[in-house]
Amino acid sequence: MLQSYIMRLRRKRHRLRAFRKHFSLKTVVNRTGKIRPGDVLLFSTMRDEFVRLPYFLKYYRNLGVAHFLIVDNDSSDGGREYLAEQPDVSLWTTKASYKKSKFGVDWLNWLQRKYGHGHWTLVVDPDELFVYPFCDTRPIRALTDWLDVSQVKSFGAMLLDMYPKGRIDAVPYIPGQDPIEIASWFDPGNYMIEKNRSYGNLWIQGGPRSRVFFSDRPKKAPALNKIPLVKWDKKYTYISSTHMLLPRGLNKTYDEWGGERASGVLLHAKFLNTFPAKAEEELTRGQHYSGSVEYKAYAENFQDNPDLWCKWSEKYINWRQLEILGLMSKGNWA
Amino acid sequence: MSVGIVMLVHTAFNRAEQVARHWAASGCPIVIHVDKFVSKPVYNDFVKALADLPHVRFSKRHRCEWGTWGLVAATQCASEMMLREFKDVRHVYLASGSCLPLRPVQELIDYLAERPQTDFVESATTADVPWTIGGLDHERFTLRFPFSWRKNRFLFDKYVALQRTVGYRRRIPNGIVPHMGSQWWCLTRQTLSAILEDPDRAIYDRYFRTVWIPDESYFQTLSRLYSRQIESRSLTLSKFDYQGKPHIFYDDHLQLLRRSDCFVARKIWPFADKLYEAFLTDQASAMKRTEPNPGKIDRIFAKAVDRRTRGRPGLYMQSRFPVEGRENGLTCAQYSVFEGFNDLFENFEPWLARVTATRVHGNLFAPERAEFSGGQTVMNGALSDSAALRDYNPRAFLASLIWNTRGERQCFQLGPRDRIKKIEWDIAKDPNAQVSVISGAWAVPLFKSNLNFSEIREEAARQQRIESKHLDVLRSPWTKARVRIWSMSEFIEAPMEPLQTIIDEIGKQSQHGLSEVPKMSDLSGFGQFLQNLKNQGMHPYLMGDFPVEHHQNEPQSGKRKPYLVR
Repeated sequence: MLQSYIMRLRRKRHRLRAFRKHFSLKTVVNRTGKIRPGDVLLFSTMRDEFVRLPYFLKYYRNLGVAHFLIVDNDSSDGGREYLAEQPDVSLWTTKASYKKSKFGVDWLNWLQRKYGHGHWTLVVDPDELFVYPFCDTRPIRALTDWLDVSQVKSFGAMLLDMYPKGRIDAVPYIPGQDPIEIASWFDPGNYMIEKNRSYGNLWIQGGPRSRVFFSDRPKKAPALNKIPLVKWDKKYTYISSTHMLLPRGLNKTYDEWGGERASGVLLHAKFLNTFPAKAEEELTRGQHYSGSVEYKAYAENFQDNPDLWCKWSEKYINWRQLEILGLMSKGNWA
Repeated sequence: MSVGIVMLVHTAFNRAEQVARHWAASGCPIVIHVDKFVSKPVYNDFVKALADLPHVRFSKRHRCEWGTWGLVAATQCASEMMLREFKDVRHVYLASGSCLPLRPVQELIDYLAERPQTDFVESATTADVPWTIGGLDHERFTLRFPFSWRKNRFLFDKYVALQRTVGYRRRIPNGIVPHMGSQWWCLTRQTLSAILEDPDRAIYDRYFRTVWIPDESYFQTLSRLYSRQIESRSLTLSKFDYQGKPHIFYDDHLQLLRRSDCFVARKIWPFADKLYEAFLTDQASAMKRTEPNPGKIDRIFAKAVDRRTRGRPGLYMQSRFPVEGRENGLTCAQYSVFEGFNDLFENFEPWLARVTATRVHGNLFAPERAEFSGGQTVMNGALSDSAALRDYNPRAFLASLIWNTRGERQCFQLGPRDRIKKIEWDIAKDPNAQVSVISGAWAVPLFKSNLNFSEIREEAARQQRIESKHLDVLRSPWTKARVRIWSMSEFIEAPMEPLQTIIDEIGKQSQHGLSEVPKMSDLSGFGQFLQNLKNQGMHPYLMGDFPVEHHQNEPQSGKRKPYLVR
């Protein structure tokens, strides 16, 4: 009882934060008038990701995302201008601190509250590609319609770190190219799960980042659990990135009685040749989680041997492969 | 014009229109019922869109909420209209707006023309069918259900509970026997009109109005009163999942549906363009002319339900994280744990690998690192040998290892030097584990070591303490693993017998049997070593009795049987 009261207060506080932080957002172009009922909306925040944008937009348009609502955090690489030209993008920009906005969560919470109510909303970073069961034959609307019928309000998709074979700076990434062509390998079976008692979500760690950078202090390894797809209500709020939400019921994207719920994967194409420069920059800005501990670890380990590949790495083929490996599930969707 | 179509529509009107035109093109008259919930302009547009078809009628609109009487009322009205307005209709086919005819309509017409007296309605008594949602089967017909299950679950449940406590039972009118079955039927004019014109219809209607899910029982029950010949199956292919909602068909089901041989499928996703395109054109004649057989699709949907309710045993992942006791197997396959064997035998691991053709690891839970077979630093699944990573979540480590190596049996060593505290219970409770213990064998490496005796004494005491606790775990009533424990003295009396038992149980023995024997450490002086420990005040007991005079490997008479726990 007390617990749920505390959670309620927390949710309100986050909503208040979102309200406070939204003043720093400046509209670049607002095309939200084009949004139709039932559209699947994508929310994202980005900084200097121009090189990734063409493929990112193509990938999600192809899945059937109807509108992109993007917060640009002071890009200087031309990405903002590029996005502003896209007919299905609404764009906001801000020079405010990424860290102080809870890594963009406050900004997006605000936009979702304003434009996402009643829609299925997908919150992803520009280096994340959403994969769900049957994504090669069914548009995202098929998934959300099915979730609606099943009375499911949130859909989990674990972050799966993708990396190339050999030095990560060996092959240059060309704009418009599928990043998975280069970063096509992943760790198939070294993940660790714990339940977060207070929020009810699962806390997943593991993968190449745990294996290579955090093998001596696993607790510090980044969280891989994500709940990117939610039938949004203006009362909802993300708490920490898209790792968890309030109200807590939305975090229960897993089954506890032995069965499997449907789930997807976010292919995380972070480790391209663009990474070392980015890591360096992030390190000096210090705008990332927990004192950018992650980037410090990368800097230490990547200096001499930037290779994440090992003998047991698996090469990505399609969602069915991930299903068989047990990284995602069709649940009862057939 | 012998088949009339009654169509219940509440959404996706462009698709409903497309399907209606398809039926009409083959000369079938259609009566459409549109849910009252649909707004007036939308309804009017829909009516207007179909205005050019002469044999399409629209019946009085009712509110059709799932599992309520409205659906039956709508069907009654539309059927009455059909029988009244189209005199030469012989069969009436009940379909929905999201139904899709798979075979050419003419085939359906011919099929029914050959069976003029047959009613196709799935109709079974409650005792005989497993599809009960919410734990209600016969009570559907003996309780009242005035509250919506979807919208008012709380009141629904409370009201059911209340009726159960006070022992309320409704009388079933006229002694009819309640039957249930798919909502989608195809009845003959004779049967259908007999139901609709029954002098007692008011009584039945009043009764079924508060039965739960009357659309699956009204016609299914009453047709039993009048039909001359019932085929208890639906001509409509429709699959339900474990929550009782229909599975939806998408573009990628095209081949599956082609092979289904059914006349009509439900329910089709409104945006499945390829399906509509493929089946609503005349080329659909590519389908074979055979008896309908929805069985072919069964497997795929049964599997989906199984995956959702039971899942894959031994898998822990983002959408399957069972609470303790509901794992349906902590791991996904059998594995063997050996304790003390590599202390007692010099070449136990390579020997075991040779005779069993399994994957044999060293001490996976060793304090320094996970000793994977062949000295690998990374194993299947990119599992790291880092001790820190392993100890961070040993249970995930073990479950992942067994999951990643599906199809190949895993064996590993365990001992009191290892980090066993956080994993011993998981192994003990896992029915997939085969645990074999030679208790006290940890003393052999100490015996061979070059440590100062005081250090040895301390270490021996520590390891004995740990192993003793560990044996308590293995002997606890919660243990589900297959556990065998021998004391060391017991084991070395006749080592081959227990080894043979273990190897047999693994069941992957190479043909030539145990032609080769592992080499036992030289134990001369071991008895004296234990005596020295005793003299120092440390009492080694887990290894059994060793006389100070040593007689190694001499089989004694009267071998003891291995000690099998559970």
